[in-house]
Amino acid sequence: MEQKIPTMAEMAAEGKQPEILFWVGCAGSFDERAQRITRDICKILQHVGISFAVLGTEESCTGDPAKRAGNEFLFQMQAMSNIQVLDGYNIRKIVTGCPHCFNTIRNEYPALGGNYEVIHHSQLIQQLIDEGKLKAEGGENFKGRKITFHDPCYLGRGNDVYEAPRRALEILDADLVEMKRCKSNGLCCGAGGAQMFKEPEPGKRDINDERMLDVLEAKANVIASGCPFCMTMLTDGVKHMEKEQEIKVLDIAEITVRANGL
Amino acid sequence: MIGQAIFFIILAGAVYLFWKNAAKIRRNILLGRDADFSDRPAERWATMARVALGQSKMTRRPVAAILHLFVYVGFVIINIEVLEILIDGLFGSHRVFSKPLGSFYGLLIGGFEILALLVLLACVIFLIRRNVLKLKRFTGQEMTSWPKSDANYILITEVLLMAAFLTMNAADYKLQALHYSHYLKAGSFPVSEFIAPLLPSQASALVIVDRVCWWFHIIGILAFLNYLPYSKHFHILLAFPNTYYSRLKPKGQFTNMDSVTNEVKAMLDPSFVPEAAEVSRFGARDVTDLTWKNLMDAYTCTECGRCTSVCPANITGKKLSPRKIMMDTRDRVTEVGNNIDRHGKDFADEKTLLDNYITREELWACTTCNACVEACPVNINPLEIITEMRRYIVMEESQAPASLNNMFGNMENNGAPWKYSQADRLNWAERD
Repeated sequence: MEQKIPTMAEMAAEGKQPEILFWVGCAGSFDERAQRITRDICKILQHVGISFAVLGTEESCTGDPAKRAGNEFLFQMQAMSNIQVLDGYNIRKIVTGCPHCFNTIRNEYPALGGNYEVIHHSQLIQQLIDEGKLKAEGGENFKGRKITFHDPCYLGRGNDVYEAPRRALEILDADLVEMKRCKSNGLCCGAGGAQMFKEPEPGKRDINDERMLDVLEAKANVIASGCPFCMTMLTDGVKHMEKEQEIKVLDIAEITVRANGL
Repeated sequence: MIGQAIFFIILAGAVYLFWKNAAKIRRNILLGRDADFSDRPAERWATMARVALGQSKMTRRPVAAILHLFVYVGFVIINIEVLEILIDGLFGSHRVFSKPLGSFYGLLIGGFEILALLVLLACVIFLIRRNVLKLKRFTGQEMTSWPKSDANYILITEVLLMAAFLTMNAADYKLQALHYSHYLKAGSFPVSEFIAPLLPSQASALVIVDRVCWWFHIIGILAFLNYLPYSKHFHILLAFPNTYYSRLKPKGQFTNMDSVTNEVKAMLDPSFVPEAAEVSRFGARDVTDLTWKNLMDAYTCTECGRCTSVCPANITGKKLSPRKIMMDTRDRVTEVGNNIDRHGKDFADEKTLLDNYITREELWACTTCNACVEACPVNINPLEIITEMRRYIVMEESQAPASLNNMFGNMENNGAPWKYSQADRLNWAERD
């Protein structure tokens, strides 16, 4: 990164409090593809001049996959120690790079004493666009490209966020198309509910391959999403079809960064 | 007089029997764990009005929505006619509403006739969809012979009831034209006047047709009422309380297990003294481990299969079917209830919902995507049951799939579901 990414520990040592905490998430921290999205979210924050920090090595998994898999003990252990860290830094506002982290911290931490204002990065981008701080100029031109948005379950159905990510696409000069199964009727990528960490049960085909039928039908050449797990599954789906040349899978943050040449 | 007495006995018997069976279902539902749904009453009434009364979630499938609307509106409104039939039956009157309502009565009966025809047509189309077109939604591993027959019995009964209602009116219409006995001119018959030519022309034969249809119609309705507690058709009643008790939280939010919170707090802070909580098992192994709302969900399910048709696991050929989860839960709690009736309150058979009804393969195929929850027209939540059963498997049995145990281990050791060192969490910031 051109600019240094401040951690909460460093900020606290300087007696500073950032406007917002960027909760990176495990995929955003470790998965190579998701790391690029993480850096792009930082570029957007830096571009508009929002003061932010990350927890860095003090961040730990929210416990989402444990909870969905039925391990409530492990989830609550993770949640409570995260809440201790967050409250220790007196954090009030959080932006996440992952719908699973977003859902868990926003909806499931309050019952364990963690109360924060939590937004997903697509909502941050929407806000910035609406405030006129973020446009789509000076970068890559998406004119004539067919973009479709794949709704992550924990952003869409899970939390009724459907318009924010689409807002980021609407400002592009691109051709937006919806898949047959979209918004509240969107088809899962196949990774949720801790499926990401296990082999699927026996069946006719994998869920991400099923999703590719919708992509092909919509004739999209860019699949936009807002979730690192969807990213993995959709990228694999495109690979299985051997369509890597024609169809790109991009996060909303990456598209925003490209459109602005950040 | 004898007719009135027989009518009264049949009516009283039917109401008593229905009451008894409905009470049994209520008892079975209350075998579930306690759960509090007393919050936000205004929002709950609004949800019920929108989803149950207003059928708002049916619109996603417009053809089924319109046909179902005919049957639903027809059922509700024709019940006004049943009220008249009940009064006539008990007091030996004939079309008791015709005088006080005057010309409006004609409009009413005319309206009922048109609705009856629409109900009849809708039911015939529904039968064709199920038995001739064999729509995929009505098939699947859980749609064994009984659920298929149940659906057909309901539709055929409705066709017969409507046919009897219209034939009765046709006979009445003809008798009115003959100025026969007490068949005074009342009502308008926009549909049954076309059936009338098919009927005999002698007054005595017409009276028989009228009476036979009248008795068939009302006894049929009472019999149908008593069929409800054994059938998926019970949704016509439970849809209302079930939508009132909808989960109002975001769908992504899973329930917090307070029993676990106490233990985790005690682990993190040795000085923490938990409130005395009742010792129960973690998660659900059998129906009595679920909440009463989960069990009400099960009795509300009308097996329409909208959940299963959008389930990503089911679509891709996995064994999981959210409809089966609900049907299994209902069948099991009915079995538990029957055991209580036969062998007393403390009887325990060797069976459980887990393994005897729902397999682990089904449970582990779920992506928790909430598509089934979103799709249900009466706000049933199959995902909650799946999650509760996973909780039992993981926390009571430690029988999670090995790969998930690895994931748990990683999370415990290095705070991420994968095996990466926590010290490397910020490495992404070093590169560009």
